[in-house]
Amino acid sequence: MSNSTDHHDDHAAAQFPHGTKREYVTGFILAVILTVIPFGVVMSGGAGSFRITAIIILVCAVAQMIVHMVYFLHMSPKAENGWSLISLVFTLILLIIAVSGTIWVMYNMDANMMPSMEDEMPAMQGDMPMGQMSDS
Amino acid sequence: MSSEIVTDPGDERVYHPAEEPHHPEGHSTPLGFWVYLMSDCLIFAILFATFAVLGDRFGGGPGPKDLFDLPLVALNTAMLLISSITFGFAMLAMHDGNQKGVLKWLGITACFGAAFLAIELYEFSHLIGEGAGPGRSAFLSAFFTLVGTHGLHVTVGLIWLTVMVIQIRQRGLSTANQRRLNCLSLFWHFLDVIWIGVFSFVYLMGMI
Repeated sequence: MSNSTDHHDDHAAAQFPHGTKREYVTGFILAVILTVIPFGVVMSGGAGSFRITAIIILVCAVAQMIVHMVYFLHMSPKAENGWSLISLVFTLILLIIAVSGTIWVMYNMDANMMPSMEDEMPAMQGDMPMGQMSDS
Repeated sequence: MSSEIVTDPGDERVYHPAEEPHHPEGHSTPLGFWVYLMSDCLIFAILFATFAVLGDRFGGGPGPKDLFDLPLVALNTAMLLISSITFGFAMLAMHDGNQKGVLKWLGITACFGAAFLAIELYEFSHLIGEGAGPGRSAFLSAFFTLVGTHGLHVTVGLIWLTVMVIQIRQRGLSTANQRRLNCLSLFWHFLDVIWIGVFSFVYLMGMI
């Protein structure tokens, strides 16, 4: 009995997954590379178009987050019998719903409900309607 | 009443143990702390979503290109990134049972963390001094809330780190202290992950 509890205690103390020096150094070097690339691209004036620059930033950010998760937070499917990974996936689902849902709803609200400046301004200045009126 | 429910005395099926088995102290800490971090992650997700909606509402005020100083942000990022690996070295020293090493690396980590905070506070005071405070536009409100919340977390991490240094000095690398240090390590690296989102989406995207 005492044997099994001792074993359990040892297990409890070692429950936090931990890495090796090699892992930390590898993670750090990868993180530095993935930080220098987006900063370098933006500080040198971008990679041609807005879209390409944004994609470079996005890809580097996601890659670096994964690097941090694997090498610094020691995430793996085995840690905590997979429960930490399941909670991460659950969080990511909520995160995607919250962020993309907010942006989508607010974009549509802007597009459909806000009095649009482009429509109102010419009418107030009287350019378009006046021209149309003189035509008719 | 309950004895009537058990109709057959020979039926020895047990649906639940009569008593909870003994769990060693802290056996559920890793998963519990991880779930806390995930809930914190959702707070930041909401703040990022808010920034995504309000980030281009300048209200006639200055935009990211007028305000942000990228070399300063790069320096800031370097501070936090270096503090991440020095914390890793503290954890490696802990696994070797090297108390002096743990205290040394925690001290170095605290210095880099404090440098990060100092640079951020300098940036904030500079912005407010320019009249670009959180009340200037919706963009700046969202900016100060998101970056400020991250800075608040780093501040709490620094206080926690200081407490841990005192605890380890007094009681050594006990099982409880190792558990606390493991939690702080998760917290510290997690803040670095959030900062990747901040510098990518707030600073770099704003400067394109």
